[in-house]
Amino acid sequence: MSESWAMRNLRAVRGRAYPRVVGANREPSWVFFDIALPLLTVSAYAYIYKFMDPARVELVGYVILGGAMTAFWLNILWSMASQFYWEKEIGNLQLFLIAPISRMSILAGMAVGGLFFTTVRATATLLIGIFIFSVSFSLQQPAMLIVVFVVTMIALYGMGMMFASLYLLLGREAYHMSNLMTEPVYLASGFYFPVKQLGFYVAAGASFIPITLGLDALRQLFFKTGAADGFVSVELELLVLCVLCVVFMVLSKLSLDYMEKLGKATGRLTLRWQ
Amino acid sequence: MAQSPAVETKSLTRVFHPRKKKEGKPVTALDSVDLRVEQGELFGLLGPNGAGKTTLLKILSTLLLPTAGKAYVAGFDVGTDFVEVRRRINMVSGGEVSGYGLLTVKENLWMFSQFYGIKSKVAIDRIDQMLKLFGMAEKRDVKVRTLSTGERQKMNVIRGFVTDPEILFLDEPTLGLDVNASRIIRDYILGWVGNGRDRTVMLTTHYMAEADQLCDRIAIIDNGRILACDTPENLKRLVRMNRTLKLDVTYMPDKGSLGSVRGIENFTFHDDAERNLTSLKFVLVDESAVSDIVSEVVSKGAKIVSLQKTEPTLEDVFIKMVGKGFE
Repeated sequence: MSESWAMRNLRAVRGRAYPRVVGANREPSWVFFDIALPLLTVSAYAYIYKFMDPARVELVGYVILGGAMTAFWLNILWSMASQFYWEKEIGNLQLFLIAPISRMSILAGMAVGGLFFTTVRATATLLIGIFIFSVSFSLQQPAMLIVVFVVTMIALYGMGMMFASLYLLLGREAYHMSNLMTEPVYLASGFYFPVKQLGFYVAAGASFIPITLGLDALRQLFFKTGAADGFVSVELELLVLCVLCVVFMVLSKLSLDYMEKLGKATGRLTLRWQ
Repeated sequence: MAQSPAVETKSLTRVFHPRKKKEGKPVTALDSVDLRVEQGELFGLLGPNGAGKTTLLKILSTLLLPTAGKAYVAGFDVGTDFVEVRRRINMVSGGEVSGYGLLTVKENLWMFSQFYGIKSKVAIDRIDQMLKLFGMAEKRDVKVRTLSTGERQKMNVIRGFVTDPEILFLDEPTLGLDVNASRIIRDYILGWVGNGRDRTVMLTTHYMAEADQLCDRIAIIDNGRILACDTPENLKRLVRMNRTLKLDVTYMPDKGSLGSVRGIENFTFHDDAERNLTSLKFVLVDESAVSDIVSEVVSKGAKIVSLQKTEPTLEDVFIKMVGKGFE
């Protein structure tokens, strides 16, 4: 029997998260593609740091943490932002749209599933990287670290939900857009170095991407020298991240409603092979 | 209070404008369509490719807005009350490849049921029951990507029914399926509509025989316009086409009296001495003549070897209305 609106939407979140939580781990090849390959990039940067300044082992730690966090950014681009394009191509999108649920539940399901799926991969990258390069941590505020991580993820996946809405009517442009946003964000968000190095204004501009401040705050909380290499204080970063959570959630809802309405009017909502 | 029709359209029009001028002229996919489908009806839309059938279903299932006119589903405006409409409908398209290949059949069906708020246990019981009915029980835990086209389409059809919608839109549900798979799906549709719960099915099809077998009423649509809408029988009556009766009987030397049977326009015959057969062909004016012809043949001592009566088909109706058959 059908239940209340809230329960129906919670079930929808669970339903949409399920393929990512269960289905995506059924292919053992993910271990190679999602863990071994990212470790190669991380290793390249780690060896550069070790070569340049063997005394500053925490720099290797920065790289490993950044390398683990790239998994989340890639997940946002390829499994959140451009997801509706793929869903449209295989015919799922129209089935999501005719269902009696909020579109936000579908996005939330994608986000929850993606977060689980990516956390498994990022954690594996992090642990293996720590083991290989013998990185030591100085964890001062574990509770704060968890809060920062959770808020960063909410803001980041909120941004992913907003992108997914904006991409709703895109065809193959979605693929190009995601490509366009991969490498520049690696640089601007400081995935492999402290973002402070880019200067205040560039780092402040890059803070629009939640992973910039989230990663910087996590480095500050993980490593002894993190605070000295940090962009601004963890508290300020957390505050901005909280604001970004709200902004992206609201924008994703507004853009989703608008794009759906536009798509229904123009007929592009279910038009394939664009 | 009077019951709302399952579907009602009033001067429904949909024009597709190209994104750029150089991409061509606007296309009118639906042109002032007026339809009324009652609850509990199995209603068919018959038309060639590009006739506007899928556009109509997309509007009714809230995926597309009309350019002009109104469309109501279960009494709700598809443009403004789309949330209410969505609570009452589901849709299945032929050749659909929806779902995720890494999930099993059961998991895919369960996932879609969750978007309708169905409790997991209820959904899984329904899924198991329907997989059995569709001869798919052994495929329950098989990954979707390993299914054949027919199995996949049966899964899609189950997806549509598993949410138990008030109104189900089926867009070419048996497209490309073999005889057995098509028969199972048709039988299920007939049973579902005919169980007295006022469930409605609106289906589009290319297959005349399917429309004839399934539908209470059929609308013939071409170039976005409804050309005719009635029961299959009444549609066939629109075609002024002679019915014929062909009889093969044991050799019948005396055929003169057959010409005087009432209700026939004329008759021709052919004697095959080698096979000891006489072939008779009657053009009927009145169908009641059949029994008189049979009686007359038997009274002359001949035995009937075979009998074939031809009637106008929906295809004849379609050709008359549209001016061409399906390509």
